[in-house]
Amino acid sequence: MNDMSQAAPTADGRKIGGVLMEMKNITLRFGGVKAITDISFDIREGEIRAIIGPNGAGKSSMLNVISGFYTPQEGEVWFRGQRRQPMKPYEVARQGIARTFQNIALFDGMTVLDNIMTGRLTMMKSGLLAQALWWGRAEAEEVAHRAQVEKIIDFLEIQAIRKTPVGRLPYGLKKRVELARALAAEPKLLLLDEPMAGMNVEEKEDMSRFILDVNDEFGTTIALIEHDMGVVMDLSDRVVVMDYGKKIGDGTPAEVRANQDVIDAYLGVAHD
Amino acid sequence: MVLPDTLLFAMEAALNGLLSGVMYALVALGFVLIFKASGIFNYAQGVMALFAALTLVGIQQGQVPFADLIHALTGVEMHGFGWTLPAVVAIVLTGIVMIGMAMVIETLILKHLVNQPPIILFMATIGLAYFLEGLGDTMWGSDIKAMDVGLPQGITGWIDESTNSLFGYGFYVDQLNIVAMVVAAILVTALTLFSQYSKQGRALRAVADDHQAALSVGISLRFIWVLVWSIAGFVALVAGIMWGAKSGVQFSLSLIALKALPVLMLGGFTSIPGAIVGGLIIGVGEQLFEFFVGPLVGGATENWFAYVLALLFLVFRPQGLFGEKIIERV
Repeated sequence: MNDMSQAAPTADGRKIGGVLMEMKNITLRFGGVKAITDISFDIREGEIRAIIGPNGAGKSSMLNVISGFYTPQEGEVWFRGQRRQPMKPYEVARQGIARTFQNIALFDGMTVLDNIMTGRLTMMKSGLLAQALWWGRAEAEEVAHRAQVEKIIDFLEIQAIRKTPVGRLPYGLKKRVELARALAAEPKLLLLDEPMAGMNVEEKEDMSRFILDVNDEFGTTIALIEHDMGVVMDLSDRVVVMDYGKKIGDGTPAEVRANQDVIDAYLGVAHD
Repeated sequence: MVLPDTLLFAMEAALNGLLSGVMYALVALGFVLIFKASGIFNYAQGVMALFAALTLVGIQQGQVPFADLIHALTGVEMHGFGWTLPAVVAIVLTGIVMIGMAMVIETLILKHLVNQPPIILFMATIGLAYFLEGLGDTMWGSDIKAMDVGLPQGITGWIDESTNSLFGYGFYVDQLNIVAMVVAAILVTALTLFSQYSKQGRALRAVADDHQAALSVGISLRFIWVLVWSIAGFVALVAGIMWGAKSGVQFSLSLIALKALPVLMLGGFTSIPGAIVGGLIIGVGEQLFEFFVGPLVGGATENWFAYVLALLFLVFRPQGLFGEKIIERV
C-alpha cells in the first residue's frame, strides 16, 4: 500500500517520529463472523491517524483490539518496539493508552472533576493504607494531580461545569469531559472512537480544534475513528480505510481520496 | 425535677430506641457500602454477618470446622482443638477468613458477571445467601452459641445514677448499646473518609458507575471487587459481633437483614449517613409507637411498624431521605 516510508515533518512543522504502535496481520472473529481480516498498519509518534470506512467496516473493533477490549485470534500487536502479549483493558490503560467511547462511557453519578481525576488513578502511587488514613504523602499527591487536572479543565474550556454531576450535562459536553478524562492520563497514545458523532457543526468545529491543539501542544499521538469525511481530511496526517473488515487504503488524505477502491467503497460501484 | 411517669417512661423508651436503632444501622451500613461501590444490592449481607459471627465463635473456642461432616464421612470424631483464643486474635483471624471469602466470591461469581444488569447480580447474591447459610451450618453446627468477646453488658451505671438524681427515676440502658454507638460512629467516619477522599474510594465509585469506563482508565475490576467485598465482610463481622453479643449467635441472625431493609428505604440506599439516620428513626419510632399506640391495638407493633413506615416512604419519597435522586436525561 501507500505507506509513508520514513518519518517526515508535516506541512505545519509538527514532528512525526518513529513507529509507536504497529498492528501486524490482525484477524478478529466473532464465532464464524470475521470482523477484521488480516489488517496491518502502523501509528507513528506524534501523528493524527484516522481510521475510516462505511458502517460495519470493523473500525470500532480495530480500536477495541488496540485498547485490549478484544483479543484478536491472529496477528501481533507491537507497542513501543515490543510485542504485546494478550492483555486486559486495564493493563493496556496502564501502559499509556487512553480512549474514549463511541457511546460515551463516563461515571454519571460523579462530578466532572471526579471523572477527570479517575484518569489519573493509575499514576497515583500512595498505597492503600496511606490513602485510607490520609497521610501527608497521599494528600500532597492528590494536590499535585488536582493541579494537572485543572490545567486540562482550562485547556478544554470546561471550568464552569467542573462541579456538575456528569449525568446532567448535554451530549456535546459529555464528549468533551470524556476527552478530558483520557487526557488526564497523559497517554502516549490517545484513541478516539467517533469523537464528533452526533454533534452539530459548531460543536464539531470546537472538537476538531481541541484535537488539533492536544496533538500540537502535548505532542500526543492520536488514532481516531470518524465518519465525517471533511473532518477526517482536515485533521489527519494519515488515513487507514477499512471496508468489510479489510484494509482497502492507507496513506495521506490526498492519496486516499484518489484511491479508486476507496471511492468505490464510499460511492458504490456499478456491477455489470 | 418531677416529671409525670408517662413522660419518663417515654423518654427511656426513646433513648433505648435510639441505641437499638444504631444496631439496625450497623447492618444497613453493609448494604449501603456494597450498593454504593458496586451497584449490587447484596441480599447476602445479613447471612454474611451470621457467617462471620459463627466463624468468630468457632475459631475462638477452638471448634473443628466441618466436624459433623468429617465424622459422617470418615468416622473420625473431633470435637475441638481444645484452645480458647483471646478475642482479638479470633477477630483478626475471622477478618482474614472474610477477605478470603471476598476473593472466592470474586473468582466464582462476580468475574463471570461483568457488565451484566444489576438484577442478575442481585439474583446471584440471593444464591450466595443460601449457600453461605448452608456452609455456616455445615462448618460450625446449628446450635445456638454464646458470643463472648469481652464487650460490656448490663445496666449502664452512670446513666442510671444521673437520671435517678435528676428525675428520681433511673433509666435502664444496656452498656452494649453504648458500645454499638461508639463502634458505629468510628465505622461511619472511617468509611466516609475512605470513599470520598482516597484513590481507591474514587476507583470504587467509578466501578459502581460503569465497568467499561473503569477498565479504560486502568482500574482492575478484580482488585476493586475483592476490596469492596472485604470491607463489606468486615462490616458484617462488626455487625455479627454486636448482634451475637446481644442475642446469641443463632441462625435467626440472618433475619436481622430484614430489619435493615426499612432502614435503607428511609435513609436511601446510597447514603452512609442515611443508614445511620434511618436506623435511628426506626429505632425511636418503633419504641415510641409501641409505648403510645401499642396498648390500644394489643401490642407487638414493633413487628410491623418499621415496614409500614418504609411503605409510606416508598410512596412519597422513593429515594429515601438522603439517597441520590435518579437523574435520567431523555
